[in-house]
Amino acid sequence: MTAQLMPVPIRMAPSLLDPMLAVPEDLRAWNGSDPARRLAVHRNNVLSSLIDALADTFPVAQELVGEAFFRALCASFVRAKPPRTPVLAQYGAEFPDFVAGFPPAASVPYLADVARLEWMRVWAYHAADAAPVGSAALESLFTCDEALGSMPLTLHPSVCAFSSAFAAVAIWSAHQGIGDLADIDIHASDCALVLRQGLEVVVLPAAAETIAFVESLQRGERLDAAIAAATALAADFDLVALLAALLRRDAVSALGPS
Amino acid sequence: MLASTLPPRAGIGLKPQHFRDVLETRPDVGFFEVHAENYMVAGGPFHHFLGRVREFYPLSLHGVGLNIGGADSLDEAHLARLAQLIERYEPASFSEHLAWSSHGDVFYNDLLPIAYDRATLDRVCRHIDIVQERLGRTMLLENPSTYVEFSSSSMSEAAFLTEVARRTGCGLLLDINNVHVSCVNHGRDAVSYIASLPLDAVGELHLAGFTRDTDASGAPLLIDSHDAPVDAVVWGLFAGVVSRLGALPTLLEWDNNIPALPALLAEARRAENLMVVGDNCRSEPARGLEYVP
Repeated sequence: MTAQLMPVPIRMAPSLLDPMLAVPEDLRAWNGSDPARRLAVHRNNVLSSLIDALADTFPVAQELVGEAFFRALCASFVRAKPPRTPVLAQYGAEFPDFVAGFPPAASVPYLADVARLEWMRVWAYHAADAAPVGSAALESLFTCDEALGSMPLTLHPSVCAFSSAFAAVAIWSAHQGIGDLADIDIHASDCALVLRQGLEVVVLPAAAETIAFVESLQRGERLDAAIAAATALAADFDLVALLAALLRRDAVSALGPS
Repeated sequence: MLASTLPPRAGIGLKPQHFRDVLETRPDVGFFEVHAENYMVAGGPFHHFLGRVREFYPLSLHGVGLNIGGADSLDEAHLARLAQLIERYEPASFSEHLAWSSHGDVFYNDLLPIAYDRATLDRVCRHIDIVQERLGRTMLLENPSTYVEFSSSSMSEAAFLTEVARRTGCGLLLDINNVHVSCVNHGRDAVSYIASLPLDAVGELHLAGFTRDTDASGAPLLIDSHDAPVDAVVWGLFAGVVSRLGALPTLLEWDNNIPALPALLAEARRAENLMVVGDNCRSEPARGLEYVP
């Protein structure tokens, strides 16, 4: 009589994230109790474990709006954008954009950018490994005969360029105990490089021209194009100082003629 | 290949907050277990520390996202990631759950129940055949914690597991906490449930803690939360199992509310002490599964 039922996942999956949907028809409990109460264990596991995963990734976003608001925001996100992979380290990439378009969060205009910075930190933490080049590479760059502009320069896979129209870096830093929230002008734009040095992810406040330089390289452009992108924003852009700083942070995995 | 070459000792889960402690103190445990999906990342600290820990300990690779009970075909990309992890870390055991966790591309991050019917049996067996073929090894299948049953089920969970093990040759990961949780949740007897499993196929045991709730009629409903010490009843069932089967690789599972390393090690020591007692019992005439403290 029940042999024609579709497999359980087909019948149960929709009801997991939508409590308004009916319980699958053949669910039962040994003692005749309402199986909806038992199915609620799974509904709660699904929603709360995914919200917990987001809370681990976006702790400062949670501090900014409080736990109750944050969990409601995450519940909306989980229902709209459930994970498409069992690798939960990848879950949350779409969260900052979702926050930016979430009307109830509009009164905290920098929330989406802080979330984007936090996402970059998780991404950098798990990014591929690559051996850094030593600082001697810097000298070889300026003593070789090849044109500087065509020199290959590969950044470490963990490097992310972050920029915000708000003081998102300062706000995030204040939540790490660096600086004072009271001193922050939230409308002062902010930039940072996020990268993993050794086993630690670091957030390095950066100038806008540094971001332009890094973004150009990450688009696959040549070094001369990256220099031009940076110089367009700051005529006094200092390539050598930036390369030295990147090398000190183990952020360069290939530099100079191979 | 054997389903498990883990040593017959107690092991604990490797948790990021314990990475440095483990490497600095090198605790005397039989093995470490990790969730495969947590290590399906490109690089960084997780691989660094797992590689270091693996130099000193056998590893149990435990999957939570393969979707063996799913209605969809297995995800080839996920199998490829598993194969890569197995090649890199050479775990002594790979295990997964009799459950589904994904459907139609959505991953639900929970171990969801299946109906114990012929069609599901065929599908689960086909999936396990594919996994074992793809990974080139025998896997262990874990009995689930369940909260609901299906009137479309035509056989018991134990009969279902027995048939899966017989058809696919897979081993069993006997999660004793899951046995207790499911038996309380469905008004069954845990000792008879265990006795009706193909115990020769058991390659690993799991022990964990649960949370107490109630169902709509006020009857106890235990939640497999992995956030508490092992319950006395579960220790009793464990003692019964090891007195019958002898010492087996046994994981102390904590996934939430994780205590400091010494608390995990204390539970592992308790499990090993019971295994010694179990081994001694075993050299005496055969006994039942009943545990007499």
